[in-house]
Amino acid sequence: MTDTQKTSLAERLAARFGDTLKISVVRNEATAELAAADLLAVATALRDEPGFRFTELVDLCGVDYLGYGQAEWDTTDVTSTGFSRGVEGEAVGRFDWADRPRDVHRPRRFASVMHLLSIEHNQRLRLRVFCEDDSLPLVPSVCDIWPGVNWFERESFDLYGIIYDGHPDLRRILTDYGFVGHPFRKDFPLIGNVEVRYDAEQKRVVYEPVTSVVPRVGVPRVIRDDADLMQAKAEAADDWRRN
Amino acid sequence: MAQEIRNYTMNFGPQHPAAHGVLRLVLEMDGETIVRADPHVGLLHRGTEKLAESKPFNQSIGYMDRLDYVSMMCNEHAYVRAIENLLGIEAPERAQYIRTMFDEITRILNHLMWVGSNALDLGAMAVFLYAFREREELMDVYEAVSGARMHAAYYRPGGVYRDLPGQMSQYRESPWHKGKDLKRLNSWREGSMLDFLDAFTDDFPKKVDEYEELLTGNRIWKQRTVGIGVVSPEQAQAWGMTGAMLRGSGIAWDLRKKQPYAKYAEMDFDIPVGVQGDCYDRYLVRVEEMRQSNRIIKQCVKWLKANPGPVMVENYKVAPPKREEMKESMEALIHHFKLFTEGYGVPAGETYAAVEAPKGEFGCYLVSDGANKPFRVHLRAPGFAHLSSIDAIVRGHLLADVVAMIGTYDLVFGEVDR
Repeated sequence: MTDTQKTSLAERLAARFGDTLKISVVRNEATAELAAADLLAVATALRDEPGFRFTELVDLCGVDYLGYGQAEWDTTDVTSTGFSRGVEGEAVGRFDWADRPRDVHRPRRFASVMHLLSIEHNQRLRLRVFCEDDSLPLVPSVCDIWPGVNWFERESFDLYGIIYDGHPDLRRILTDYGFVGHPFRKDFPLIGNVEVRYDAEQKRVVYEPVTSVVPRVGVPRVIRDDADLMQAKAEAADDWRRN
Repeated sequence: MAQEIRNYTMNFGPQHPAAHGVLRLVLEMDGETIVRADPHVGLLHRGTEKLAESKPFNQSIGYMDRLDYVSMMCNEHAYVRAIENLLGIEAPERAQYIRTMFDEITRILNHLMWVGSNALDLGAMAVFLYAFREREELMDVYEAVSGARMHAAYYRPGGVYRDLPGQMSQYRESPWHKGKDLKRLNSWREGSMLDFLDAFTDDFPKKVDEYEELLTGNRIWKQRTVGIGVVSPEQAQAWGMTGAMLRGSGIAWDLRKKQPYAKYAEMDFDIPVGVQGDCYDRYLVRVEEMRQSNRIIKQCVKWLKANPGPVMVENYKVAPPKREEMKESMEALIHHFKLFTEGYGVPAGETYAAVEAPKGEFGCYLVSDGANKPFRVHLRAPGFAHLSSIDAIVRGHLLADVVAMIGTYDLVFGEVDR
């Protein structure tokens, strides 16, 4: 206990795990990034070792980094015809399934992010595991270490299609029975692919391609290099995405 | 005569009054005993997190109310705090006190709903009626401050939408409220909202005594809850439980004490803790939490009465300028226009902000890439983690105890399904 109070969590993590973890601390929040292959060993140690005792896994979620840092509105190019009206570019509200963004060559698109909590030491830690293969995102399941993560992994699988290897019961959880696709992926249209209605002739509910709504962006996504974003630049110095 | 006895599967919900909304529970039964419970959730899934990605930050505050729709402002608090973390701004002191006060009003609202509906599930009708009497008063406070009885959208990054109102709405004479009754109802409402809350907090402990009178010593209530749904401290941690579920099992963990936010560090209150970890202990914990929340509200009211001040940051990149100022100042007009057409950019980064919501830890994991819309929002709902443990907890219990267990989880499907 005295040991945990003297040194910071980041220092202790670095001392214990060495290069296995890439640790960053921003705003007092510790983040450790690690390879999928190391996850189970590290997670077990984090839960059981007296210096860490992360007995609770508070949260797990998937993240799709496709399109990270891309705006829907180019504000740097001013031409003789003036600003663009902010109606171009690919963004989540812009496309339907037929012209979804497909040409993705960004390595490591999906990540699984965990938030651990140590009640004993009153500390939190964020773990991030990137999936090596975008076409088959695979992460080992930590269900055996924290049984409570079961549903969180199911949710992440349902919404992002990240497969948790070793999960006892990897079914969809939030979407409809028989749903196709992973709706929270950035290339899944916001309007969806199918809509349902009651067909009076067939006397049942039918699924049809979406026609009642069209993709639309009310406020375009903008990234500005304003002075008030200089802080962001400073923080990007310890950018966790660079490695 | 040899008889074949087989387990059978029973469908509980989604249309069942004790399913608290839209829980579909597939139960494998051996007679009256549960062999396996498989909850099917997601019937209320609206994709809140994906919707939030398609809108400027402020426009999603209203979605937060609709997650756990009986503890509205606590959800907003988590979201707003996540944005504030990334922006590096802090709400003015008065706003922090207002948030603390409304978090606790929300806690009482939630627990009243819980104690009433849980008692109703287990066969005690009267508590529900009593609980809704006080809920109504607090809903009026919500309405006075935000204009909405439930979905307030009152917290904003940088503070709260506006200062507390100087007066409370009064009941008008009607066939239902007249004469002495009308006078009694309006007697608290002569002064400001804070006066009203002052009167409410003086009175409320007596009301809690009334609920306790009906339940705490009630033999039937005890038979239905004592020793039912026992969660050991180890189990509670393994299943990611927080809030009253964790405290009921004897772990004194409360974010308001351990990782204080808003003005909780300045508040004087106690954390009730259970011993057995059964439904009865969790009931006692929640009832005591109402009393403690009442204490906190009282302290906030006292401070707020004595200390006027701004309730929103003066940073016009985040908060709109005043109307009057816009009449005079071009700069203010531009700020207003940009803020409401485009919103504000939030520095790239990620953060996890959690609050002690009435049901447990409500967290918001926010990833921003510097744009005016969030890149990823994940909302950590306490009910989601709690419900996932139902199979482990409820095995071997009787069917009627499943209802007690669903009740004690304090489930609201707005947050479980998101």
